[in-house]
Amino acid sequence: MKVVTGQRPRMHRVLFDLPATMIIGGIILFASFVLAFFPSLFAPYDPNAFDYGALLHAPTLAHPFGTDNYGRDMLSRVIHAYTIDMQIAVFATIVPVIVGTLIGAVVGYAGGLTEAFFGRVVDAIITFPFLVLVIAIVSVLGPGLINMYIAVGIIDWVFYGRLTAAEIKVQKRLDYADAGRVMGYRPSRVVFRHLLPNAMTPALVYWMTDMALAILLGSSLGYLGLGAQPPAAEWGVLIADGKNFMTTAWWISIFPGLAIVITGLGFSLFGDGLAEFLRTRR
Amino acid sequence: MSAKTDGLHVRGLCATFETPRGPARAVDGVDLDIAPGEVFGLVGESGSGKSVTLRALMRLVHPPGRVEGNVAWQGRDLMAMKPEELRRMRGGEIAMIFQEPMTALNPVLPVRVQIEENLRAHTDMNRRERRARALELLDIVGIPAAARRLDEYPHQFSGGMRQRVMIAIALASSPKLLLADEPTTALDVTIQDQILKLLLDLRDEFSMSVVFVTHDLGVVASLCDRMAVMYAGRIVETGTVSEVFATPHHPYTRGLLGSVPHGGAERTMLASIEGTPPGLASLPAGCAFHPRCEFATDECRRERPALEPFAPGRSVACFHHERVARAEELA
Amino acid sequence: MSDDGSLISVRQVSKHFDAGQSILSRLAGEPRAAVHALNGIDLDITRGETLGVVGESGCGKSTLARCLVRLHDPDEGTILFENRDIGHLKGGARRAFNRRVQMIFQDPYSSLNPRLTVRRMLSEALTVHRMRPRGEIDGRIAELLDLVRLPSDAAERYPHEFSGGQRQRIGIARALALEPDVLVADELVSALDVSVQAQVINLLLTLQEELSLTVVFVAHDLRLVRHISHRVAVMYLGRIVEIAPTEALFSTPRHPYSKALLDAAPDLDPAKRTRVAAARGELPSPLDIPPGCPFNTRCPYAFDRCFTERPTLDPRAPGHRAACHLTEFAGGLPEQSNEAVAERQKEENRA
Repeated sequence: MKVVTGQRPRMHRVLFDLPATMIIGGIILFASFVLAFFPSLFAPYDPNAFDYGALLHAPTLAHPFGTDNYGRDMLSRVIHAYTIDMQIAVFATIVPVIVGTLIGAVVGYAGGLTEAFFGRVVDAIITFPFLVLVIAIVSVLGPGLINMYIAVGIIDWVFYGRLTAAEIKVQKRLDYADAGRVMGYRPSRVVFRHLLPNAMTPALVYWMTDMALAILLGSSLGYLGLGAQPPAAEWGVLIADGKNFMTTAWWISIFPGLAIVITGLGFSLFGDGLAEFLRTRR
Repeated sequence: MSAKTDGLHVRGLCATFETPRGPARAVDGVDLDIAPGEVFGLVGESGSGKSVTLRALMRLVHPPGRVEGNVAWQGRDLMAMKPEELRRMRGGEIAMIFQEPMTALNPVLPVRVQIEENLRAHTDMNRRERRARALELLDIVGIPAAARRLDEYPHQFSGGMRQRVMIAIALASSPKLLLADEPTTALDVTIQDQILKLLLDLRDEFSMSVVFVTHDLGVVASLCDRMAVMYAGRIVETGTVSEVFATPHHPYTRGLLGSVPHGGAERTMLASIEGTPPGLASLPAGCAFHPRCEFATDECRRERPALEPFAPGRSVACFHHERVARAEELA
Repeated sequence: MSDDGSLISVRQVSKHFDAGQSILSRLAGEPRAAVHALNGIDLDITRGETLGVVGESGCGKSTLARCLVRLHDPDEGTILFENRDIGHLKGGARRAFNRRVQMIFQDPYSSLNPRLTVRRMLSEALTVHRMRPRGEIDGRIAELLDLVRLPSDAAERYPHEFSGGQRQRIGIARALALEPDVLVADELVSALDVSVQAQVINLLLTLQEELSLTVVFVAHDLRLVRHISHRVAVMYLGRIVEIAPTEALFSTPRHPYSKALLDAAPDLDPAKRTRVAAARGELPSPLDIPPGCPFNTRCPYAFDRCFTERPTLDPRAPGHRAACHLTEFAGGLPEQSNEAVAERQKEENRA
């Protein structure tokens, strides 16, 4: 039964129809980005200021997340870490998203030998565990955030490429793709202007999950000393700072850990909701 | 009404579905009388409610859809039947065939098992008798090399053959009423022709009534004894096929017949109906057809015409049906 | 042949598609399975005519349509457009060809990009082919919408806001934006309701007159094909079995398959119903086409020659050709005399 609607749904209808997961995830992510951009507005102390009068204080009203072994305020450090960790989420994934999606689009459209070759490249890369491969590349390039981005970039694009290629293969069989060809449009126009916007949903949804994974990865490398370097506040580094005091001063590691969990949850919820939203809209 | 005990008698059948825009009446007060041995055509376009009517008869509308009304089969009330009784009725005295046999057949069972299953459920035959009957049924529906094909799976059959298998399964219980939901729409024209002719033969052989839902007027003309035309969930015209085709009294019927090219007037404009069928959630006031009707007056915009008899065996729901019939004679 | 004023000439065109086959069976030396979608099609399309192409599923009519606009390239044979082989067109020349030979698609739901408004869809076509200077594009879009009888506010809407019939009009407007000479319509109305079909058919007829278009109308619905075509080609298993002016084909089909097809189409006159099926049996698998005449498995008149020798598409009357060994077969004759024709042919054959 097709219903011909006279007008497009109004804005408040759209907001009303959004999946709850998307709204909750959106709120978490919005708050995270605000903290990332303006940490000083919310952090009560300088995150790097030593206070030898308040070493390893348990959470109190003055220091809600407690202090570390240099007397630095953990709340301020966790807040300031948002800047680096959200940056990792975006910067580690942005190049893979773009490159992977574009390559996937071309591969999916071309098919044939190109696709077979791409398939072997994907197989070769995903045979190795992701973390092990990143660690290997970072140890060659040397520790640091930039090298981590490079390492992730070398591997991560294949996931987007694979998702997009599969979706393009579905779209290119639809009549509107043929219509574009019959209209005399160049293949590049058919792929990038017509097919790709209709084929980006899986990559877009995966991107949300991937940003959460990037934060986990960044924290793991930070913990291992291969990512962000101390004294920079980064959740993985903070957790590593606290590892020697785990039994006596649990708050040093626990609160950064919670920040990772909550931000990751935000990305996941938003991604789930986005998938549902894009699926039901058509 | 209650005096008639044989055949199918439907009164005030309604099927309602909840939609985000409020309840939608897919079927709205349908009355039908189908005599034993009669082939009855239910015609309409997509969204007219013809398929839902068929399902509602068998209470096959899934919740939250609701069905109301009276459906009497051989004097028994289907709407008041207990689930157990109804189940015996379905696929027993009343069988159903669908447009897409692939979804109605079980893909992982050979057709023999599916036919014998129905025989076990609805007859007292023993194992040997069932085997023999299954073979016989495939023969009856015209499947060549039936003995060999009994052990094949649905996907090994072509579209037309699958439809024959589905008919064979439906016939297993020797039904007295066959409900057919566009069973030939997906088929090629030569195969459709074979299946239609087969249905006519089976009607005679099993002396069943058939209710045949279709959008194809040609199929109605070549198959059915009587017909009803549906629009926006209601019956707008009924009568014998030859009478309705000769002088349609409802402007929609007239428009439908004019929309189909007749030989002899090549490359001329067809008498099309302007506009598109309305959505069920936003039916126009008055007669649902009035926005597309060239005969419409203020009365049609205000009031909904009831389906009323105007000649023996003919009914129409239109205030201006006589003008429509005259226009048809002039044309 | 191609100098006789025909706009498009199809010469001995064949097209196969590889059927899915396991590597194991390939290694076992089994021959490559291929669906023979087109087998040596010969066809001339004259400027300004409507050629109907009719046949059942799997007869290759859609493949032929797609070859005409170069969505498929034939494996063998050539297609000439104004005496030039379209298979050799590259780059700009190919785009110029596609501007002049346009296609309208069957499925109103998948043939329009869901993310483009009608305006963007049309303005893209107009700008890519530089049909109009920038400033005149909006005016041209209004003209096109008017041409296909869509309201002018349709331009700002997305495909999902339209009904099936309206979407087909958008598809037509998109094709017409390029001011083509030829429109190839593949099952243009088969997804639409009957009452809406008539609207779209009327539109196509009007546009053809107004814009002097050449139309290739591919469909399975004989009534529609008869209504709008000047000439009709009947296809069966990748071959044209008969081609004739519409009236001749519908009054005296010269191929038993054409006759079966006509008889099988349900007649709109309830008085003309019969109880005899028009054709027996089913379509053989296109993977395994019988030798001889492809229709021999279902033909009531088939005799020994039909199983060994493939009939060629030979003239029967002016403009009327059929591929059948029964050269005297005619649909208008009573059944008995056609049987007599078949008997006589068998006798001659033995002699």
